[in-house]
Amino acid sequence: MGKALLEIENLQTSFRIKGTDYAAVDDVSLCIHEDEVLAIVGESGCGKSALALSIIGLHEPRVTDLRGAIRFEGENLLELSRKKLNEIRGKEIGMVFQDPMTALNPLLTIGSQIEEPMKYHMDLSRIARKERALDLLRRVGIRDEALVHARYPHELSGGMRQRVVIAIALACNPRLLIADEPTTALDVTIQAQIMELLKTLQSEMQSGILLITHDLGVVAETADRVAVMYAGQIVELAEVDDIFARPLHPYTRSLFQSNPAKMPRKGRLHVIQGRVPNLENLKREGCRFADRVPWVPKTEHARSPVLQEVKRGHFVRCTCYKNFHFNTGRSGEKDVATS
Amino acid sequence: MKKMSPLLSVQRLKVYFPIRGGFWHRAIDHTRATDDVSFEIMEGETYGLVGESGCGKTTTGRAIIGLHKATSGKILFDGIDLAKLRGKERRRRTKDIQMVFQDPYASLNGRKKVLDIVAEPLRNFERMSPQEEKRAVQTLLERVGLDADAAYRYPHQFSGGQRQRIGIARALTLNPKLIIADEPVSALDVSVQAQVLNFMQDIQKEFNLAYLFISHDLGVVQHICDRIGIMYRGRLVEEGLAEEVYSNPQHLYTKRLISAIPEMEPAQRLAKRRVRQSVQEQYEGAYDQFFDKDGKLFDLKKISKTHSVAVP
Repeated sequence: MGKALLEIENLQTSFRIKGTDYAAVDDVSLCIHEDEVLAIVGESGCGKSALALSIIGLHEPRVTDLRGAIRFEGENLLELSRKKLNEIRGKEIGMVFQDPMTALNPLLTIGSQIEEPMKYHMDLSRIARKERALDLLRRVGIRDEALVHARYPHELSGGMRQRVVIAIALACNPRLLIADEPTTALDVTIQAQIMELLKTLQSEMQSGILLITHDLGVVAETADRVAVMYAGQIVELAEVDDIFARPLHPYTRSLFQSNPAKMPRKGRLHVIQGRVPNLENLKREGCRFADRVPWVPKTEHARSPVLQEVKRGHFVRCTCYKNFHFNTGRSGEKDVATS
Repeated sequence: MKKMSPLLSVQRLKVYFPIRGGFWHRAIDHTRATDDVSFEIMEGETYGLVGESGCGKTTTGRAIIGLHKATSGKILFDGIDLAKLRGKERRRRTKDIQMVFQDPYASLNGRKKVLDIVAEPLRNFERMSPQEEKRAVQTLLERVGLDADAAYRYPHQFSGGQRQRIGIARALTLNPKLIIADEPVSALDVSVQAQVLNFMQDIQKEFNLAYLFISHDLGVVQHICDRIGIMYRGRLVEEGLAEEVYSNPQHLYTKRLISAIPEMEPAQRLAKRRVRQSVQEQYEGAYDQFFDKDGKLFDLKKISKTHSVAVP
């Protein structure tokens, strides 16, 4: 593992809803090293995208309150001026968005979209930019790069568009790549190709990747370390082999248990009772997952669990995991709508 | 496979879409979305139609329920050819086939209350007093695990999984025999996906439903389906019992699809990558052998009682 590239310290991202601030990312500390893929896993609404957008500062500043520190190669991104920040994002930090159908501008050619970040961040002539764009297209596995360079997004398939989005993110040789659900919108075969591509490019460029996903299969195949997020907090953090062999936190174990690939055919899948609480209804004190494992006695939960290292490199935010067991009775199928 | 005659028998179904152009905007060619597809679904069975996007799986499903017109071929449902029927007669017959759509955010009308959404099929086919209708809807909502007073809310007040269950409740109102589920869990989180899959299996037993389960997610298909058909370029290239197709895939395209399933064991990832590469090489090398001299994929040939493959 290389040296630390991005250090997040006690990050708290709050959104103002009807005059009150609610923390979507709550006291998250993380570190991404060079040459490492760190995966963030969790259900929708657990704060993983809010975390990613905090890093590159894409939240609406008028309703967002950011606390803590995000140090990128030693510089705190939260304290930088807008101008300074713009010098880093798009250049040092590249972003791959989830939906390649909407991440591209339909009115501009593929070539001009790849060259756009180069215009701002690199001192290249028009011809050199074009050459570089063609080279990038080749590197992301597009064969007839000259043709694609002149095309518009609607003329490409989903897999091709995602490759283009990756090419844009890589345009200025970023040190860190943030990939928010990069394969969710794609077919399995294309997904395999894109994951392979990210891995190869990473080893070529020695950069770090922050991979955000809810697909445990993608995590198993690409990540080096895994952080599981629930309700704005990291509940478990470990090396990928460790977490797949011995998941500790009840939430992580529940996620594994509900994956059909791990269960016998036609068997009942595990259902996590209830749902991810929304920001306004989130209980801030005590174990945030307690409501979804109601069979665990109250005495097992600590008042405010902290992320503690239980084994070298394996962190868990939970006190009830040692005696945790699944409730085998049929439950969790009924829940009430909340508005 | 309780009954010998199938509930649904699709025979040599073709759905072509015209490509228009030239003078007078005439049809100059056709997109062969579904090109000569035959399969059968028994009562109470789950049949999975698998393939990548653009392979024609959705078109096939939509043609069965009548959202696309079949260019040729037969769709025998309970012995009656739906492809021949038109208008009122067809609508009456397709009452027993219902559909669940992929995106629970787009498939429910946001301006209607859940009551009106779920009652719509009832209003089309049955005469009920408002009280009876309300009671019927509330029973169904309870059956799919929602509160009876959910009927008075709007779709936006529900989570993704709950919405998908509203979609399923709507499909259940007329006691159908066959439900066509087009990627019903693709838009959902794993835990919610588990909820919907469990629930689909429960109601299948309860109502003796048959499912046509259309999906690109082989993990899910393997879990829920009895039989699977693999579609590629508008045709079936392999068909068989789920365990046969997974443990003993014959067509290279099937092998390629199966090798693409993410490996859940991090220690195995390198081995898996090697398998994937070798399958991909084989696939590219043998690509031309998939087609006959007219450039058409081969017809399915039986290699065992239940397993067939498209080979020369």
